[in-house]
Formats: sequence, structure tokens, C-alpha cells
Amino acid sequence: MAKIKGRLEIDKERCKGCAVCLTACPFSILELGREVNSKGYNYPRVVDLERCTGCASCATVCPDSCITVYRTKQL
Amino acid sequence: MSDIRLMKGNEAVAHAAVRCGCDGYFGYPITPQSEVLETLMELRPWESTGMVVLQAESEIGAINMIYGAACTGKMVMTSSSSPGISLMGEGFSYIAGAELPCVVVNVARGGPGLGTIQPGQSDYFLATKAGGHGDFNMIVLAPNSVQEMYNFVFDAFELAFKYRNPVMILSDGVIGQMMERVELSEPLPRRTDGQIVEQMRSWAVTGKPVGAQRNIVTSVQLDPIVQENVNHRLQAKYKVIREKEVRYEAIGCEDADHILVAYGCSARISHKAMELARDAGHKVGLFRPVTLFPFPYEQLDSVCKRAKGFLSVELSAGQMIEDVRLAVGCRARVEHFGRMGGVIHSPNEVWQALQEKLLNR
Amino acid sequence: MAEELVYKKPRLLTDKDFHFCPGCSHGTIHKVIAEVIDQMGMENSSIGITPVGCSVLAYNYIDIDWVQAAHGRACAVATGIKRLNPSKLVFTYQGDGDLAAIGTGETIHAANRGDNIVVIYVNNAVYGMTGGQMAPTTLLGMKTVTTPNGRDAKLHGYPFKVGEMISQLEGVCYFTRQSVHTAAGVRRARKALRRAFELSMEGRGLSFVEFVGTCSSGWKMSAVEANKWLDENMLPFYPLSAE
Repeated sequence: MAKIKGRLEIDKERCKGCAVCLTACPFSILELGREVNSKGYNYPRVVDLERCTGCASCATVCPDSCITVYRTKQL
Repeated sequence: MSDIRLMKGNEAVAHAAVRCGCDGYFGYPITPQSEVLETLMELRPWESTGMVVLQAESEIGAINMIYGAACTGKMVMTSSSSPGISLMGEGFSYIAGAELPCVVVNVARGGPGLGTIQPGQSDYFLATKAGGHGDFNMIVLAPNSVQEMYNFVFDAFELAFKYRNPVMILSDGVIGQMMERVELSEPLPRRTDGQIVEQMRSWAVTGKPVGAQRNIVTSVQLDPIVQENVNHRLQAKYKVIREKEVRYEAIGCEDADHILVAYGCSARISHKAMELARDAGHKVGLFRPVTLFPFPYEQLDSVCKRAKGFLSVELSAGQMIEDVRLAVGCRARVEHFGRMGGVIHSPNEVWQALQEKLLNR
Repeated sequence: MAEELVYKKPRLLTDKDFHFCPGCSHGTIHKVIAEVIDQMGMENSSIGITPVGCSVLAYNYIDIDWVQAAHGRACAVATGIKRLNPSKLVFTYQGDGDLAAIGTGETIHAANRGDNIVVIYVNNAVYGMTGGQMAPTTLLGMKTVTTPNGRDAKLHGYPFKVGEMISQLEGVCYFTRQSVHTAAGVRRARKALRRAFELSMEGRGLSFVEFVGTCSSGWKMSAVEANKWLDENMLPFYPLSAE
């Protein structure tokens, strides 16, 4: 069965740590890390990449357009 | 072949708009200038030149339509009368701040408040000093005949685009409502959209060509240093305007001991008063500022160098008189005469006032 | 298998960081506008009008030609632009303070004339830029800095459903109410905005696209809490349009 795997690139510097992406993720695989960017915001990281399907819900709701989403179909 | 007609000053403005290649007029009815909009609606220029004419919901609506259309590099104008002009003040400030060209005709009436629908010249301060908030100036032309109402629309657009600045034609209810012979010039074609892009793309909002820099028309600068620089640039422009665009008419001023200073309808009335004075053996001249901003300060002083008395004749409590005083300083006596509230002074009243305030003192 | 790009920052969004607070709906709505203009290939024929309010600087973020309007006057400015440039896509972007308070007159008359413009109206029930004062749209009982005990109808009147009122006018061809606080909402909003832009270019009249948005700073809560509050309080009073 084909499995779809996603990958995210997060523009940490553009991020303001609003956490809206966390709640948008259907699998709850994002969390705010402890590190901060140069503005002092905690930015999100993927805690369980295996479960990411590249659905782009996080990127779609991101108010600051910080997330780029890629997808690979694995046979 | 000349096209000579008999018409009102307000009608002449409408004909001038169509014939000067104006792209759009947005206005709102108010006495005594409603014939501008009415005549345009009758002329139906959208069927001939493609000029847009729209009756707005208010003067505020009209001036903001002007602001928007002016942003696109088009030739646009509006007209109103004193209370409506007050409402447009915010728009004037934005238009000046964003450095946009447009023409505004004020067929002034007496005030303050709703005032009277009869003629007045008490918008001098508004037009020349305080059209709205912030440091800005409009160029102000003051016609005194129906022919000038017509001609000044052409002149105003030329100045508006030369300096990217609002230009006000400050008329009054007399000049707007009276009928006179006027010679209409050959119609000029409107600029094409292609010509506008070619000539105005450096600043105008015409749709950003793909891959090119976008244009933004704005008057907001949150960085105070940037805003100060904008102000410096505007002041530099006004300085050039003061140096290059002064216009006036001087009649019998060189040898005159006393000068009547008047613009618009008061200049016509004062011309007759000057003749009455000359008939009585007094050397009296008439100095008519044609541009109220820039005011002909130096010219008034130098052309009337022999004069020892100046009477500023205005349908107001005395507004232009402040500029007359600035022009001649303390070297001569400066007095004011003017009826108010829509009452129009007669040549005889001006002649009487000249005797009482200057000649007999 | 090759990796494919699913989503990235829209091409027409500039690299300038938004000045908006974390989680602000304006950023998401800006993104939707940039996407739809690009999809429709209208980069070179769009002219936007920004209001006075938080979104005054929208022109810094979306790479098209822009005009900044006086407070509340965007619809009149848009009318002037569109009447003289009918081939352009002309839209305003206005908050509820700008559109529903000081600009009510200009908005209603542009709508009633059926001017072929698109009005993008962001309703977050509060004045954001000036610091969270009551807007015409503030819900009853809602606390703002000028209604510290909650909006009281006797004192302040009722929350203003501008969209419903505008939709009654003959000149309006399309009214829709959207939100961007969920991914599904963003997808619906994209479609709605595209439809509004298309209707405008077909000359069908004024399109009014309302976004119910959040203002976490004005509402004094986190962005995530604001999204939840929007669901529970704003949407029952300002219901979203059916698809």
C-alpha cells in the first residue's frame, strides 16, 4: 500500500510562535521548541515526522507564511 | 474657427473640462456651483471623449474618488462651494501629501456655517493657508471672468501635472453665475492609457508590470525622519512654485498713490471704483493677484512702489489683507473694505471706502 | 519517488515580515489574496486600496500596485480608480473600524451604485491599531478598553451586521462571510475570493467578502485561545456562509 510522507521546512526567523499551526495539525505532531529566534519567539518543530502526511494544514493556517510543505509518495 | 458662446462661469468650467481632455469629474450638488455637474451631465462627454462624470454621495465621496483616480495618472477634477470645500479638506491634505495632480473649483459663497448661497470671498484663508491638516499648499488661481473660468481649467491642469499638486480655482458666486461671452478653444484629445503609463509610470498606480517594481501611493510615513524628508521635499516644491508661478494683473499701478488690491469679482468691482477715483483726479491703481498661492508679494511691492496706501477689497472680513501687509510691510498704510454674508459691494461703496480709509486721512 | 512541493509562501507575498501580532488573521488573509491574484494571473492588473487601521501597510506585503486611503474612504477611492480604469481589478481591504464606522457612507453608496469593485472586510469586533477600543461590531457583553464592563446595548447600541445590510442592496452581486482560523476555512475563503474577483471583472457589481477574524491583542488572549473564542462567540453571531 502506498504511503504518503510529508516534510516541513519552517522559516524560524519569520515565525512569531503563535502556535496556530499546532492546533491545525490533524496528528498533533508539532510543538513549540524551547529555542527562540532572534525576535525571542519559540518556533515550532516536528516531534513525529513519521506521521506527517504533508497535508499542509499547518502551512495553510500559518499567518506568517513560515512553513513550506513537501510530500513523497512511497510505494 | 472660433466658437464663441454666451454662458455662465460654471457652464464654462464644464465645457473646459471636456475640451481640455479631462478624464473624470466627480462632484456633488451645492449652490452656487451646481451648473458644473448639470452641464457635464447634459454634455454627456462619456459618449464623445470618454470622460467619466459621476454624481457622488457627498463632497467627501467626491474628493476621495478624485484621490483614487488621480493615483492612476488620470486628469480629474471636482467642483463645489464653500461648505462642501470644507468637507473636502481631508482629501486635499491626502492629495497634497501623496503628491497627486488634480483640479478643484471652489465657487465660493458667504459663511461661516451653512452661511448664505450668495457670493463670498471668505475662503481665502482656507484656499491659501489652511486647506487641511499638515504643512501643504495648493496652487490657487482666481478668475475674474467667464473666459478665465474656462481658461484656468486648462492652466490648472498644466500646473497640477507640472508639480503633481492639487490646484484650486477659487472663484465666487458672482463669476460662477454671471453670463458672459466666452471663446471656447479646440478640444484637446484625452491621453491614452498607453501614454499615461509611458509618462506617469514612475509614480502612478496603473497595474504593476510583471517583474517590475510596484507603485504605492501613500501619505503615511511612520518613520519621523522619512516624514520630515517628505516635508522638506514638499517645501522645496512650493519654493519653486513661489519663484516661477506668480501671476497678477496691474492696471494703472506705476504712477498710483493708492492701490486697490482685489481678486475675482471684487477686482471687477474695484476696476470701476478705480475709474471713479481717477475721474475725481486721484491717482489710483488696481492690483489683481491672479495666483493667490503663490501670492505676488514682491510684485505688489515693486509694481506699486510709489503707492502710500493700499485698500484690500474682498467679500470678507479681511483675509487677503494679511498678505497685502506682508507684501508692503510698514512702508504704506493698508486698509480693508468688504461686505459680507453674501452682500456684494458696489463700485460706489468701494470708492467711498477708499476716500474714507485712505484718501481723506 | 520524487518529492513534490505541496505548499509554500505565495510568490506575491514580499519577504518583508508582517508587523502584525502573532496569530493575527490579517497575515492569513493577505496570503489568500496573494494566492488568488497569482492564480488568476492578475498581478499586473490589480490595484488594492489599504485602509487606516492595522492593515494600513498591506502594501508592504503583497507585490501589486497599491493606494493608501483616508480613514473610511477606501470604497470612494476604489470607485474613482475603477470608473476610470475599468479593465483593472480594484479591491479595498478594510477593517471593521474603517468600514463599519467612519466609512459606512462611502461603503453603502459604492455598493448601491454597483461599482465593480471587491470589498474585503475584516471583522474582528475591535479596533486593533488604536489599542482595543469598541468597534461597531463589538459583541454585546464583550469587554474592550472603551467598554470595560462589556458592551451594553443601552449605552453603545448593538453590534452591526454590515454584511447582511450590504447584501440587501441592488448593486451588490455577491456577499460571503468567511474565516481563516482553520485550514478548511482558508480553502473555502480562497474559492470565495476568487469568485468575488471574477464577478468583479465580469462587471456584475460590487462583491463584499467579509472575513471574521481574530485580534488576540485586542481580545487579550493568545492566538490559539482567540481562534477558539472566535468559534464560540463570533461565529454564532456572524455565521459563515454555506459553501
